[in-house]
Amino acid sequence: MNIEIAGENSLIIYFSEHASPQVSAQVQKSSRLLQNVLADVLVDVVPSYASLLIIYDPLLTDNFYVLSTINRTLSDSSTAIVETGKVVTLPVYYSTESGADLERIALHSKLSVDEVIDIHQQSEYRVYAIGFAPGFAYLGEVDARIAMPRLATPRLKVPLGAVAIADRQTAVYPAESPGGWNIIGLCPQRMFDPKATPTMPVEVGDTVKFKAVSRSKFIALGGVI
Amino acid sequence: MSESNALGFKVLKPGMLTLIQDLGRFGCHNIGLTTGGPLDPNAFNWANKLCSNSSNTSCLEVTVGGLELEVQLDTTFCVTGAKLPLTVNGKSKPQWQSLSVYKGDIIKLGFACEGMRAYLTVSGGFNIKPTFDSVSTVVREGIGGVDGDKVLQGQILPFSASNTAHHNRLVKTPSYKKDVTLRVLLGYQHNAFTELQKRVFFSSKYTVSESCDRMGYRLKGAKTKPSIDGILSEGICLGAIQVPADGQPIVLMNDRQTIGGYPKIGSVLSLDLAKLAQCGPGATVTFEPVSIEEAHNILHLEKAVIELNPIEPIELLLH
Repeated sequence: MNIEIAGENSLIIYFSEHASPQVSAQVQKSSRLLQNVLADVLVDVVPSYASLLIIYDPLLTDNFYVLSTINRTLSDSSTAIVETGKVVTLPVYYSTESGADLERIALHSKLSVDEVIDIHQQSEYRVYAIGFAPGFAYLGEVDARIAMPRLATPRLKVPLGAVAIADRQTAVYPAESPGGWNIIGLCPQRMFDPKATPTMPVEVGDTVKFKAVSRSKFIALGGVI
Repeated sequence: MSESNALGFKVLKPGMLTLIQDLGRFGCHNIGLTTGGPLDPNAFNWANKLCSNSSNTSCLEVTVGGLELEVQLDTTFCVTGAKLPLTVNGKSKPQWQSLSVYKGDIIKLGFACEGMRAYLTVSGGFNIKPTFDSVSTVVREGIGGVDGDKVLQGQILPFSASNTAHHNRLVKTPSYKKDVTLRVLLGYQHNAFTELQKRVFFSSKYTVSESCDRMGYRLKGAKTKPSIDGILSEGICLGAIQVPADGQPIVLMNDRQTIGGYPKIGSVLSLDLAKLAQCGPGATVTFEPVSIEEAHNILHLEKAVIELNPIEPIELLLH
């Protein structure tokens, strides 16, 4: 573990140089512990793949206190928490109609379109981080056989609900936005709804599974093509 | 979202970019929401103090200027921040001072001649429903303000009528320069920059490029290249200085993405970000390293300075 100053009101804790489910679990556990012990001075936290950004109020405390609290809290192994991430299954309408890049991925990986769809559903994906846009969850890791580099020229419009792949990451676009990920299908489940409780169906540390649905089921679930 | 039939200011001209802001949206990074909030919190805070508002009361952040409002309810208002021509019914009025306006009056903000962002508030603030506990508008996210968007022509910005008798003005007002020094805390991936690269960074003059907005300020100048191209995506704090492959620093502002994968040399102090936010394209920037202890001292001293800078009560001038 390595802790660096980020700014006048923040410290960043690096747990590893590489992402893995174990490191992610450590980030998640540390995030919960620190949110408890720093509650009085904490402004926000940003968990990511292998790091945790801690933002505090510098008019209520200082770097020295936060740093020593982090060290004390995270070195005490007796406060272990069993991780309780939930499993969320997201329906996906995979097709060449809803997944503009499916055929290109199949060609690239020397597989059939159906094989690409099958392989994407076989893995369980961990929510490593949420960011980029409200509700955008970074999910990993995609099976190496269907990993695909980002588009050289990002699309100006990726549709709401697009299920996409970038390298070994996958995600569901929470809103229509520009983006360079490879689209393989559409998910009717809203990933970010400011009026819903909870706002997002997933949080960092959860596990996501994808399950293929037909075009008609997709529409019945509220999907739009 | 505004109440239907509510009265307040009718927007005759929205100006270049006018946004409703309070101090910002906190505790929502876990769902990817950024903070928003005023780019110049100092001018924002004075606007509220001069109108006897609490610190988190909503203001309009007026970038560059060009805003015209028709007053539908009597109120007290105030404009701070960037220096610009301010008129009520065509008559010139002072900034940094609370002023009475009455139903039918026309408030006009011209274009800024010093600084970039002015703050306008009314007694009691605007009646806007918060989203995630804040009315701060982040247009990119479609969150806050009225329907997540900037202020538009024809819109009503509702507030409650108020006939506050007390008027105040600020004794010592800030001025905005086009040549700023930004104090930097080394942090994040600073070890990926050699001593020589750090010296280049701290001894060079950078220019604010055309690409400068509420999300980030791209600067142009001497290249500083870290030994790494990218990192595992991680949380980004206010003021973080990203150095992408082209070696040109980007200072991240209130509407920044919450996570990103570019190497960062450190972060600019919030007080200096406010100065940067008053700069437009062509302004020059130099960086100066400070320690975390100095940074905290500076913050506390500034708080004291704000408390010691008196607000002077002035007699209510009849309309």
